[in-house]
This record gives sequence, structure tokens and C-alpha cells, in this order.
Amino acid sequence: MKQLFQLFSTFFKIGAFTFGGGWAMISIIEKEIVDKHHWIERSEFLDLLAVAQSLPGILAVNISVAVGDRLRGMKGSLFAALGTILPSFLIILAIAVFLTPDIIKNNAVISSIFMGIRPAVVALIIAPVITSAKAAKLTWKTAIIPIAVAVLIWSRIPVISNPILYIVLGGIGGYVWFTRNGLKRKEETK
Amino acid sequence: MIYLKLIWSYLKIGLFGFGGGYAMLALIEREIVGPGWITEQMFTDIVAISQMTPGPIGINSATYIGYVAPGHAGFEGVIWGLLGSITCTLVVVLPSFLLVTYTSHFITRHKESALIKGVFAGLRPVVVGLIASAALLLMNTANFGSETDDIIKSVIICIISFCIVFFTKIHPILVIILAGITGLIIF
Repeated sequence: MKQLFQLFSTFFKIGAFTFGGGWAMISIIEKEIVDKHHWIERSEFLDLLAVAQSLPGILAVNISVAVGDRLRGMKGSLFAALGTILPSFLIILAIAVFLTPDIIKNNAVISSIFMGIRPAVVALIIAPVITSAKAAKLTWKTAIIPIAVAVLIWSRIPVISNPILYIVLGGIGGYVWFTRNGLKRKEETK
Repeated sequence: MIYLKLIWSYLKIGLFGFGGGYAMLALIEREIVGPGWITEQMFTDIVAISQMTPGPIGINSATYIGYVAPGHAGFEGVIWGLLGSITCTLVVVLPSFLLVTYTSHFITRHKESALIKGVFAGLRPVVVGLIASAALLLMNTANFGSETDDIIKSVIICIISFCIVFFTKIHPILVIILAGITGLIIF
């Protein structure tokens, strides 16, 4: 019971004080779980991180479920995930109650503040486009994939503008390409 | 029934949300702004609020949209909002629970396999496209204004913000605060 509560409070603390989501949280989770509490060896934490990263969903939730499950099974994953979720849930709920769409629209001061913020938010999303393109090691040839995906989703044409379509196609395409190339390479070494 | 629709949408978001918060935005936008539960502006405002508050953007948006959406469908009041918030937040993390608990052994054992490696190699360029589509979707009159004067001011804020975020180590929260102050002065 004590460890369950510690799991909850550790993840609650991380959820409450980490701005910037997923990656900002991971390094702090690693410090708390591996270095401070010695609950898991570093190599094993990295294995869990690989799992959390491979699966869809919110990265911070995935890693807390993985750590909780590894330590205390189902109960552990529930306590850890609840700890991660609860702070942002409570904060956003408070904001939702007081900062309703009508207030943002009708209050002159808040309305002009948000008019300034909105273009900045767009800028905040353009920046990771470039950094993730670099990280994916795109070439001029492969850059056609993200460009096509972005334009088609943006087009709002029924069916082909559905992001899920490209996630599924990307996964299948990657697998086919990888197994083919893998086979080719093996044949060449023969 | 608005709650069933919310559950269906957030189930899809939880199940196909690859590549982190920004990559999930395009999916959230389609599922939430598409049916008209919130306006384009509101969506951008939620992204801004998510940036300024702790926690993952996926949770933040689920909690906020869960609260606001029932009101638009006629279920007005705090209780209906609270119910929506709890529903969306739980549903968006549900796939995580099932997938992490039941597939982690498989993934750890096969992480060097062609299946896992290939799938993720294929997803990487798609994720870049997903983030780019979110940026494109948000470049609209709701966020940049419809009058020439507003558009010019907005584009300038966008370009300067981009340069600060991309070329300096100044925290995004500070950029949002500065943009808000600028907005208060020039709009």
C-alpha cells in the first residue's frame, strides 16, 4: 500500500510541475524512478520507455502505466496513471469553469490577449515540424511523404483527409519497405 | 447522444495518437472541430492553455473539450460538463492501459524485428506530415483575423514567435505570454 501511494504521489508531482508534455516529463520520471527511489534499473526503464514510445496514446500516460504495471501490476498502473492525469485534469477543469468560450469572446481585454496568442501558437507548431523533419532524416525524395500527408489532411476532402488513414498506411508501408530491403540486403551479402 | 460521440472520438484519438502531442493535434482537430463541438478559435485557445499549464496536451484537451462540448449540445451546467470531462479523459487513456499492459512483453521481445522497426520507420515521415497539417489547419481566418489589418499584425506575431522559438532557448510559455501582451496592446 505504501508503495502504491508513493507511486501515485511521485507521478502526481511530475504531472503537476512539468510543463511541455511528454519528453520534458520523461527525464524527470527517469530521475525519480531510477535514481531517487531505485524502483527499476536504468536499462529496464529504457526498455519500458521503448514500449511507451512505440504505442499510440499520451507518452507520459504510457510510461506511467508501464512503470506502475512493472512494479505492482494492474493496481500499480492505475495509481501511477491517476497521478499523472489528475493534476492537469484539475487545473484544466478549473480553467474550463471560469474561462468559458463566451468570456474569451466577450471580454475585450481577454479577447485581444487571445488574438495575440493565437498566431504565436501556430508558430509553436511550425517549429517542431522542422525539428521533427530533421530528426526523421528526410531527404528531398522522402520529404514528399510528409508534404503529401499534410496537404491531403488540410484539404478536408472526405475520407482522404483522415489522419488515421496515413498512420495506418505509414505503418504498413514501412513494414513492407523494411522487409523487402532487409531481404535484398541479405541476398547481397550472400 | 453527445457523450457517446465524445467517447467514440476520444477512443480514436487514444488509439491512433502516434508521435506525441503536436502530431495528435490534427486528429483532435478533425474529431472535435469537425462536428462543430467547439470553434476553430476555441481549439487554438485550448492549445495555448495547454502550453501554459502543466501536463500533456492530450489530457488537457480531453478535459477542456469534455467540459465544453456537452454545453453546445444542450447539456448545460457544471455537472454535465464535469461528466464530459471525466468521460473524455478516461477514454483517451483507456487504449494506453490495455496496449501497454498487454503488448509490452511482445514489443520488448521483438523490438529488433522487421515488423516493429519497419512500422516505426514508416510512421516517422507521417508524423512530420501530421504536425505540419496541424500548423496548416490553424493558419486560418479564425486565428489570423479576416481584415487585412489584423492579418498583417497576426502574421508578424507568428513570424517573430517562430524565430524566438526556433533560434533561441527562450521557453515557449514566455513566448505565449509576450504574444498575449502584444495582442493586448495592438488589437
